[in-house]
Amino acid sequence: MPGAEAAGADGREALRIEGLWKAFGGNLVLRGIDLCLAAHEVVCLIGASGSGKSTLLRCVNLLERADEGTIWLDGQAITGPGVNQNLVRRHIGIVFQSFNLFPHMTVERNVTLAPTKVLGLSRAEAAEQARVLLDRFGLADKRADYPDRLSGGQQQRVAIVRALAMRPRLMLLDEVTSALDPELVAEVLDVIRELAAGGMTMLIATHEMGFARDIASRVCFLEDGEIVEQGPPARLFTEPSDERTRRFLRRIVDAGRM
Amino acid sequence: MEASGLPDLSARRSKMLGDGGRRGLALSTASTVVVLAALVAIFLAAPGSAAVRHTFFNPIDMWRAFIGNPRQGYYSVGAAIWLNIRMFLIAEVLILILALVVAVVRQSTGPVLLPLRVVSTVYVDVCRGVPLILLIYAIGFGAPALELKVISYQSAAVYGVVALVISYSAYVSEVYRAGLNSVHRSQVAAARSLGLSEWASLRHVILPQAIRNIIPPLLNDFISLQKDTALVGVLGSIEANKAAELYSDTTFNYSSYVVAAILFLLLTIPLARLTDRLIARDRARRLAGAVQ
Repeated sequence: MPGAEAAGADGREALRIEGLWKAFGGNLVLRGIDLCLAAHEVVCLIGASGSGKSTLLRCVNLLERADEGTIWLDGQAITGPGVNQNLVRRHIGIVFQSFNLFPHMTVERNVTLAPTKVLGLSRAEAAEQARVLLDRFGLADKRADYPDRLSGGQQQRVAIVRALAMRPRLMLLDEVTSALDPELVAEVLDVIRELAAGGMTMLIATHEMGFARDIASRVCFLEDGEIVEQGPPARLFTEPSDERTRRFLRRIVDAGRM
Repeated sequence: MEASGLPDLSARRSKMLGDGGRRGLALSTASTVVVLAALVAIFLAAPGSAAVRHTFFNPIDMWRAFIGNPRQGYYSVGAAIWLNIRMFLIAEVLILILALVVAVVRQSTGPVLLPLRVVSTVYVDVCRGVPLILLIYAIGFGAPALELKVISYQSAAVYGVVALVISYSAYVSEVYRAGLNSVHRSQVAAARSLGLSEWASLRHVILPQAIRNIIPPLLNDFISLQKDTALVGVLGSIEANKAAELYSDTTFNYSSYVVAAILFLLLTIPLARLTDRLIARDRARRLAGAVQ
């Protein structure tokens, strides 16, 4: 049972997804996803491209509207009528594969925009918070630069800081290293490790199997919009019980990616 | 003479491309001078040249038209151009605002704004399709005929500005729309994911990027707007073109039109150079971005 496994740490439930279905036109992308995250838990979603990982994250963030199913954040339903999407999104940070920094703003303004416009912080308060966060992730000297002056790894770290500046209760990471040159992957993964060590609840879609094995308290394998199998990484990667999981992992090993 | 001149030029040009540096420059300068000299020669050699020079390029008439003489029944073209400038400046600001509203409404989603979307789509279709001069007649003669308070008792210049704003906003709203579409959808996702409302995303993330992309086409439309203020003369406003017309009506000399043309050139050329410079700067910035 996913529920039983999710009751880790202090046992408080951070995210619950029940019976989530999503189709784009006639294309069924998610078929009845059930998933639970305890507070401070780090869950990795693995699976081939097109298995529904990104769509699942975008549904949790309400960037996509689920066709069916319910999502709860800290016990409150965030799907269905009467939900203030802007209010929900404040509490959920998402980082995208392609960074999506605002190219017309400096690094600092990227980070302070939402805290000032959404949370109502003053420019000075937001700037101070940004300084602390950028400093913590080794970006202090990039504050005044525009995104196109930064390397991919730096841009992605800024994107993470931008999401953190909203003090989210949950972070969603959507293949955040897939667009990076290989030598830049490590610096971004280190940031995520630090977040995990700090107790951030995270749902991470990733192709980095080694990283997933390191960081995840639980790994979910998706195929064709379903969670085929989930469990602690040690078990899922070494003795997967489902034939489809075995096939996927074999392909990964054959491709030399694990 | 003309027929033999043109192939000659293109032959020179293709040869010029093959050469580099100083030689190419000398060749292109020489060919330009030759062609211009030929055109001047044709003009001077034409049988009616003297008459044309007298009717269109007479310095004395040009000066008289420029300073004007109301007692003789004509007004200063030099003073009248100020009306064009004022109409242009006022219309420009109003167009920038109205066109943005129309563009944002047309880009909106959701059922609530559907009626407004339909209205603005019809507006753009109609006002882009109707010739500007007809719109000027319709408003300039239609609004006074209604005999309504305020609306019917304005000067011809006001009706002219209204017609310009209505016509140009339809065009410029499409420019805005292209700009809004040029900003990648992932920017919207990034903004909304941070909790920014639809309006805040538009205001802080989408519009600043969109406007940067459309400054050159916007300036292009405004160059055209500067010239089209001359059409308001059909309502009887004494703008530069109308003043030139009055001069030619009283003196049977068309040099006044050349004066008006020169004044319009003096207005539009700086804007054209500014547009070029902005396009070059934008391209340099894009190239710098691509290197990263």
